[in-house]
Amino acid sequence: MSYTILEKKQIAPQVHLMKVLAPDVARAAKAGQFIILRIDETSERIPLTIADFDADEGYVTIIFQEMGKTTKQLAKMTDRDVLLDFVGPLGKPADVRKLGTVILVGGGVGIAPVYPQVKAYRDAGNKVISVIGARNKDLLILEDEMQAASDELHIATDDGSRGHHGFVTDVAKKILDSGEKIARIVVIGPPILMKVAAGMTAPYGVETIVSLNPIMIDGTGMCGGCRVSVGGETKFACVDGPEFDAHKVDFNLLMSRLGLYRPEEAQCQETHQCTCRSGN
Amino acid sequence: MAARQAMPHQDPKERARNFDEVALGYAEEQAIAEASRCLECRNPKCVQGCPVEVDIPGFIAQMKAGNFDGAIATIKLTNSLPAVCGRVCPQEVQCEELCVLAKKGEPVAIGRLERFCADHERKKGVAAPLRTQSTGKRVAVVGAGPASLTAAADLAKEGHAVTMFEALHDTGGVLTYGIPEFRLPKAIVKDEVEYIKQLGVDVKVDYIIGKIKTLDELRNDFDAVFLGTGAGLPKFMGIEGENLNGVYSANEFLTRVNLMKAYRFPDYNTPIKRGKRVIVVGGGNVAMDAARSALRLGAEEVSIVYRRGEDELPARKEEVENAKEEGIVFRLLTNPVRILQGDNMTVKGVECIRMELGEPDESGRRSPVPKAGSEHVIDADIVIIAIGTSPNPMILSGSDGLKVSPRGTIVVDESAKTSIENVCAGGDAVTGAATVISAMGAGKLAAQTISEYLRNN
Repeated sequence: MSYTILEKKQIAPQVHLMKVLAPDVARAAKAGQFIILRIDETSERIPLTIADFDADEGYVTIIFQEMGKTTKQLAKMTDRDVLLDFVGPLGKPADVRKLGTVILVGGGVGIAPVYPQVKAYRDAGNKVISVIGARNKDLLILEDEMQAASDELHIATDDGSRGHHGFVTDVAKKILDSGEKIARIVVIGPPILMKVAAGMTAPYGVETIVSLNPIMIDGTGMCGGCRVSVGGETKFACVDGPEFDAHKVDFNLLMSRLGLYRPEEAQCQETHQCTCRSGN
Repeated sequence: MAARQAMPHQDPKERARNFDEVALGYAEEQAIAEASRCLECRNPKCVQGCPVEVDIPGFIAQMKAGNFDGAIATIKLTNSLPAVCGRVCPQEVQCEELCVLAKKGEPVAIGRLERFCADHERKKGVAAPLRTQSTGKRVAVVGAGPASLTAAADLAKEGHAVTMFEALHDTGGVLTYGIPEFRLPKAIVKDEVEYIKQLGVDVKVDYIIGKIKTLDELRNDFDAVFLGTGAGLPKFMGIEGENLNGVYSANEFLTRVNLMKAYRFPDYNTPIKRGKRVIVVGGGNVAMDAARSALRLGAEEVSIVYRRGEDELPARKEEVENAKEEGIVFRLLTNPVRILQGDNMTVKGVECIRMELGEPDESGRRSPVPKAGSEHVIDADIVIIAIGTSPNPMILSGSDGLKVSPRGTIVVDESAKTSIENVCAGGDAVTGAATVISAMGAGKLAAQTISEYLRNN
């Protein structure tokens, strides 16, 4: 198969947005789901959470950060290039219902998957308070979109270059402390952020949902590579998730499993760079 | 009676370090000599042992006369995947078991002869099949493994317009992601799928039924549906340490190696952990495939840990022998108790317990009982769990009324019909993990049922 990139742009240092023509996926997609793509014959299959979709125009938006070889290669692609595979929508949709007031927290590129959820929660009749953050203001993405979609938007940066000087979890905690009745918190971002958030909300007894991003291959419930421990039970993020009750997730296990292929990742990039250089 | 022709193999030492095919296939003289052993029984039993009813005496008679083109044409009348079946069918418990010569010790090597014919045709280039006149009926086939490929081929031959939906990026199902290159070269699977496309089957990959479209939507779009969604979630043992880094399901390990070609990393970008000491838990064909793959990835020692004895190993005898020749260690009557943790949540070994065989269980096999005090540790850095799978849950989302068993398999009647009108199912999705050929048999039966249904509706 082949899937055309309709638009590709860099939206922050090493962070890119891509609109991919995939009408079947766009028609069926719901907030909280993900896709798996493969650039070419020798590529890995990588999972990315859907950042936006347009059923009429037939495209799905993904936002990714340059991390390993595959995302770096993806970053070099431009409008009209094609991806070999783009499969989805995978995973269960987010459980969006009318609950009252909800806080949606996005950290770093985690803001991307939070964005469609903000829209979905608001469409369902909730008051949506969004909290987004990044290491610094340059890395902050989708601020305008989030502003437009949320009832309230709060911003935090680690270095204080924009908004609150500190972490998104500090801001979320302040909102909880303010006494406003919060029905649910959804947190998406790096595993360490989700872990800290889970610890922060636990004493408040607020339902807290996280979206997990373990290593996957098929994404359809076949390989078992994406297993996570939730409430002491093994779950498969691709078919049982990707969203789980944050208070039950074993984040240490998730983080250790995410680091499994770091040596190979380095080797792959090195080889790639060598090949590129020899090609020049 | 002449002795059964031995299958030429790659040297065990050499092949244990490469992914090239192990069995090299008969030379022409060998094939004719083996075919000539067939006694041409007046009442041949062999065909009864074949789930897809290949006219075995017919094609063997043609081979005797050196008419290999005729022989493959005969096989293809009922079997659309002969190059696959000739390699991976358990003939010893099917056609060859019923061969009259089997009673005297050595049955005709039907599987090897089938493989020879299929390879003969591949070398020459497969002729495009004739298309049948269209019936105007449309059938959706979900999945692209052996059950679905067989159903699709048979339905297309009946003149129905068949669309095949595959969730992965490549066709073949377990033939592609599960069975390794050294047992079933992927070029062969590709060619067999190509033949099925030439029959007129429209193949859509990256297309997930249950997500992009529900089964109910599919039923509205097509006149009939076949579900060949295969086995799904890998089973784990539920013991301590199973989520440590370095513990794989056989599905994941083999998918990385076969579908994603991790054995060619970094040229192919999907990584795999190459263990020094690897333990594979389980005794089936999948366990053998995983163990032999781990060896080829460079392991110093690979052990099969299986809770029953040698006689109970569910794997094909031929594959067990191949594995032994290559140096796989069999630790039989042994069962893992827990996986031991090393640094950084990695695996450092497996604590096992010895087993004894007790009374037969409901499967008729003697059930293993742990021997108290026999706990011992086997060092390992990679553990691969190959104890089976449960059916894929995905198809079930959005399919009201599809009856499934308590263990999640799709319930069908003796003609492969599900609880929903115009929907048939077959293969591992119905039986749980089983063989390629039994899935093909089910695909064949379902195609007959669907064709009959379409004639009457």
